[in-house]
Amino acid sequence: MKFLVCISNVPDTTTKITFTPDNKEFNKAGVQFVINPWDEYALTRAIELKEAQGSGTVTVINVGEADTEPNIRKALAIGADDAIRVNAKPTDAFFVAEQIAAIAKEGAYDVILMGRESIDYNGSQVHGMVGELLGIPTVAPAMKLDMSGNTATLEREIEGGKEIVEVTTPFVASCQQPMCEPRIPNMRGIMTARTKPLKVVQPVGSDARTEVAEYALPPKKQGVKLIPAENAGELIKLLRNEAKVI
Amino acid sequence: MSVLVVVECDNGEVKKSSLEVASYGSQVAQLLGTTATAIAVGVASEANLGQLGEQGISKVLYDAEPRLKDFVNGAYTKLIAAAAEKEQSQVIVLANSNIGAAVGSRLSVRLKASLATNVVELPKVEGGKFTVRRGAYSGKALSDVVLTSDRKIIAVKKNSIEALHNAGQAATVEQFSAQLTDTDFADAPKQVIMQEQAGGVLLPEADKVVSGGRGMKGPENWYLIEDLAKALHAATACSKPVSDVDWRPHHEHVGQTGITVSPNLYIACGISGAIQHLAGVNSSKVIVVINKDPEAPFFKAADYGIVGDVFDVLPKLTQAVKELG
Ligand SMILES: Cc1cc2nc3c(=O)[nH]c(=O)nc-3n(C[C@H](O)[C@H](O)[C@H](O)COP(=O)(O)OP(=O)(O)OC[C@H]3O[C@@H](n4cnc5c(N)ncnc54)[C@H](O)[C@@H]3O)c2cc1C
Repeated sequence: MKFLVCISNVPDTTTKITFTPDNKEFNKAGVQFVINPWDEYALTRAIELKEAQGSGTVTVINVGEADTEPNIRKALAIGADDAIRVNAKPTDAFFVAEQIAAIAKEGAYDVILMGRESIDYNGSQVHGMVGELLGIPTVAPAMKLDMSGNTATLEREIEGGKEIVEVTTPFVASCQQPMCEPRIPNMRGIMTARTKPLKVVQPVGSDARTEVAEYALPPKKQGVKLIPAENAGELIKLLRNEAKVI
Repeated sequence: MSVLVVVECDNGEVKKSSLEVASYGSQVAQLLGTTATAIAVGVASEANLGQLGEQGISKVLYDAEPRLKDFVNGAYTKLIAAAAEKEQSQVIVLANSNIGAAVGSRLSVRLKASLATNVVELPKVEGGKFTVRRGAYSGKALSDVVLTSDRKIIAVKKNSIEALHNAGQAATVEQFSAQLTDTDFADAPKQVIMQEQAGGVLLPEADKVVSGGRGMKGPENWYLIEDLAKALHAATACSKPVSDVDWRPHHEHVGQTGITVSPNLYIACGISGAIQHLAGVNSSKVIVVINKDPEAPFFKAADYGIVGDVFDVLPKLTQAVKELG
């Protein structure tokens, strides 16, 4: 079975977010980039399923410029077999989805996995767009994924519960905890990753449908009002009479 | 060319987040000089749908196909697309829920529309540009995004738009059939399992949340969190390490890699306030922090704080809420 895992390159979760002086772009200076944490569930689960099946391949795909390659190599070190980088700035979700759909179609992948959203754009859009572009089902967000032959059984999170869904390949799923325990690279993985194939291809299509006009930081808090622990009940009065939230 | 809003219903009730979506949609309609129509999904009741007039909706479409009671991505997408065609809708508004994100993304491809999710404010329409403000960087930033296609789909973040009341008269409810067939239900669930809810308040929909961290010491102490939550009609939540060690279920984990919440009140008990945790909660309107360490970073993001021991403070708070009546 052929797995395609989509990974995005995002600022480390501890990053303090700042922007370029015109507020039009994220300021990358000094920022450490990582594989989007949600995508790690997709990657690890694909590797686990391939191992369980005893055959098949896991290909990772990233839409990004050359600076994403260290994290693509990391995905190879974790256990992917090969990688494709679509050499383009990921301008918006639709543009990225078009690239992934084109590669998925050409390579006839059976299972396309990605994280539930990226922690930078927080769009949660690419999975549905890829499914629709390919005319195949998307299950999002999935908390569990098991395969038996061509049939997958997934748990899809809904507000307040979950649905058990069965689909046959090909399909798309977006992944989240507690699907698996994301793996980290070991020494052997890091060594072999260096020689695994990483193909760079040019983008197709082009029509982004959104443009970022400006970034802003959320408004700052006024400062904390402390209530002595002996007087804890006073807090409740303040929440009712001053903050008016209870 | 009305604005189309997607309202999610559960057990006959319109979800709170969908009342917000309806209010958002009717205000967009006003801005564009048109009316707002709703399409209902889930288990709806006609009487409750008619009441969407209060949020400014003039007409509600409802497909009585019984298999639409559970979320089915294929069928929901086709239903909403058909309603958008019938209404010639240029703007479609949904909740930024698991359903909204799944359907909105498919719909944007099918209808060749621009899509913005996680939207927190009404749009600005100026000089032919349609701009929305959305949350980005997991709550650490906001971004203004121009939607450049003729058609636009907007998924509104929960609890970021005030629901209107008394915005208009009862809406007319019309039967509508999207002529769904078996193939549209290919991804229909085999089974739907709902969670046990402490006090019955769902975390993603809650406007008050009481949350516990490692400072709670163990799952056996969670009654302290639950008692306060029950008294306040709040939902319960937790930090990541707490769900990682199974003190609490995963769906309660908030933060950058869990769910993002923006309730009116978030009470953090024994949580240090790591940047990844803050990212998921910092758009809450009022944040209260209870921590025995005065240097805990969470105090910097808080509106009210108590430096103290949760085992001492929580029962006092619960008692004080009960006394308020
Ligand atoms: C990639 C990545 C993603 C992450 N994503 C998330 C996420 O989404 N959500 C999340 O929550 N975390 C996330 N984390 C983890 C995060 O960095 C912190 O480790 C975590 O939030 C800490 O949880 P805590 O505050 O419950 O525990 P601790 O940091 O151990 O804090 C416990 C607090 O309780 C206080 N305390 C102890 N006893 C008492 C008492 N008796 N009374 C009062 N206070 C007491 C202590 O003073 C301390 O401040 C992520 C980390 C990484 C690396």
